[in-house]
Amino acid sequence: MRLTLHQRQIIWAYIFMSAALVFFVVIRWYPTILAFNVSFRDWNVFEGSGPWVGLENYQEIWQDAGKPRSSVTAAFSNTVRYVLFGVPSQLVLALAIALLLAQIRRLSAVFRVAYFAPYVTSAVAVAFVWNWLYQPETGLINQGLDLVGLPQQPFTKSPSQALPSITAVAVWQNLGFAVIIFLAGIQQIPGHYYEAARIDGANAWQLFWRITLPLLNPIIVYLTVLGTISYLRLFALVQNMSPQGTGGPLKSTTTVVLEVYREGFSSYKMGYAGALTVLLFFLILLITIIQLRFFSRRVEY
Amino acid sequence: MKRSQPFILIAALLVAAILLAACPAAMPAEAPASDSAAEEPAMADEVIEIEYWQYNFAARVDAMNQLIAQFEEANPNIKVVHNADIPYAEFRDKIAASVPAGVGPDVATLFYGWQSVWIDSGYLVPLPEDAFPPAMVAEEFSPMVQASFVEGTLYTLPTAVRALALFYNRDLMEAAGLDPNSPPATLDELHDQAVACTQRDDDGSLVVQGFVADPSAQDHHWFREVLVRQFGGVPYTDDYSEVLYNDEAGMQAWNYLLAFHTDLATGDRDLFDGSTNAFVGGHVCFHVDGSFRLGTIAKNNPEMNFGVTELPSHNGIKSTFGSYWTHGLTKKAAADQARFDAAVKFLQFITSADAGALWVDIVGELPAQLEAGSNPELLADEKLGAFAAGLEYSHATFFADESQQRQAIIDSFDMVILTDEDPATALQIAADTDQEVLDDFWSSR
Repeated sequence: MRLTLHQRQIIWAYIFMSAALVFFVVIRWYPTILAFNVSFRDWNVFEGSGPWVGLENYQEIWQDAGKPRSSVTAAFSNTVRYVLFGVPSQLVLALAIALLLAQIRRLSAVFRVAYFAPYVTSAVAVAFVWNWLYQPETGLINQGLDLVGLPQQPFTKSPSQALPSITAVAVWQNLGFAVIIFLAGIQQIPGHYYEAARIDGANAWQLFWRITLPLLNPIIVYLTVLGTISYLRLFALVQNMSPQGTGGPLKSTTTVVLEVYREGFSSYKMGYAGALTVLLFFLILLITIIQLRFFSRRVEY
Repeated sequence: MKRSQPFILIAALLVAAILLAACPAAMPAEAPASDSAAEEPAMADEVIEIEYWQYNFAARVDAMNQLIAQFEEANPNIKVVHNADIPYAEFRDKIAASVPAGVGPDVATLFYGWQSVWIDSGYLVPLPEDAFPPAMVAEEFSPMVQASFVEGTLYTLPTAVRALALFYNRDLMEAAGLDPNSPPATLDELHDQAVACTQRDDDGSLVVQGFVADPSAQDHHWFREVLVRQFGGVPYTDDYSEVLYNDEAGMQAWNYLLAFHTDLATGDRDLFDGSTNAFVGGHVCFHVDGSFRLGTIAKNNPEMNFGVTELPSHNGIKSTFGSYWTHGLTKKAAADQARFDAAVKFLQFITSADAGALWVDIVGELPAQLEAGSNPELLADEKLGAFAAGLEYSHATFFADESQQRQAIIDSFDMVILTDEDPATALQIAADTDQEVLDDFWSSR
């Protein structure tokens, strides 16, 4: 049987795409499914297996969550806090910066690079630099506060300031990505909408609220969903900015992923860590579904 | 319908998880071992290759390379592959990731406090009694090595051990008008001299710190095994199954440690990233640390004029915390008799008195063998002597989970320092958390 040129092209397309498929199946999907499996077992890390214990790991998490000063409770509530602080500030700042960048012609490339650079920088490197900036006494920020006569702040050393301090770094790091996406969105909006509105007597404020913001809705949804997922999975910054990478002081910065890591690789409780991972998976899924349902209304003109 | 996709995904994942769970999990660790055992029966003239792992620490790698060279010369049919590329922070992760894949070590070096977790994880096998008789260990090794027996079975043996001692910065003492030739010998003197040595500038910022209490460094050990005993208590029951430091003696010890931060204000652990870095940088007068720090100082601040003395005594009681990195045989080694025999031979060699003597020269850790440890030359050593003297009164805590038990002390210390928690309440919380870890461990035995 002879294949037509078109059929052969299709076969070749599948062959090339299968490379990516193999990657996803082996590197992404298989471990994901394995994590579900591990979460139902008393998994022994060194033997690579363990007896089936059903929901015991989940029950243990539930019991631990009920204890005073529980790491699990701290991890989940901190994670939600990272999202609530991080995502809105990231969106608002990014939109403001993108609107300003859209106005300028000169040096705009320089600014874009400047805002985007942190996004492509390793989180560990970012964490180290910010650790130095946040240092008590010798850190740049505290010396600046001294200079203007304000009291020094403990930042990551204090249970109440540590989480906002780390969130600020996360926002700073992710800002560039959101700015670039917003910028692309702003440039997509046809200029004649603004012209028409101006002729009708709309002021700048109205232009923003009535044209720019509604037309950016799909982008806002996209960035909200992506941002939320990235804050729910926050790990590297916290591990490198909290004392000894423990999510401290006093569990004030720990996240779900950090607890997964600590339970799995420091206490070798893989089943428990697997169960936490599964819970996080469903949390992300649930939040994403809710966001997609409520925020993605179509805007048409 | 776009919306239903996530649900299909969940359903697919659950089905897949159940399918996976239903079939017996693959055991990759054993497959290669049994294959090679079947194909290559051990022959006398055949070279057996065993793998040895430790974390990356230049002096240790160097010392071990020399030991391996000696061992291979004496045993030409055994080849030891030395893997020391793994940074300390990743060592446990790498082991956890490699061994299930069947590519781990036959002989591995681990912190003695990790033994319980490693044994529970099915990773270490008992050392054969004919090669390592318990009586020999009791007689020839430092008493702290008894911590290598878990429920009466010997699992690991070290080349070298460490103890804590008091480091003091001679120049800073002199600048504060203290005599650098009489560093604190008692806990009261340590309080007094730390206060005298502390210097602040006009704004009240610390310039020289007398003593920085920092449980995330060695001070949690100092508290449990030294201070508690010196104030008349014991940290745990003899079998380390029950916490006892939440009593009157423990409370006094706790207050003694906290006072450096609260009443005396002789230091702030947040400056210079912790007490150790601050001392190595030359900003602290007195510091409790182990012999392994000598190497750090030699490398990072060789000009510093410092001395080391035994830990201050109290009520006439001397104590120090001993700890050690120890070597164990893995399940991978036990899967093949020829390789296991080679691994046993190698372990015997690296835990000999000669190995300990070589180790102290290169790494600066004390030999685990008493014969080499009580060497008069070593006891007279200006820096190592204080540590060697401590070996006879040292205690090694048996840890069920070292990182969690350490965290319990750190968190309670933070509660007092950062959130003004009542010290007694905080200590009780540490004891409760610690006890929970111990209960968890012992209940599964």
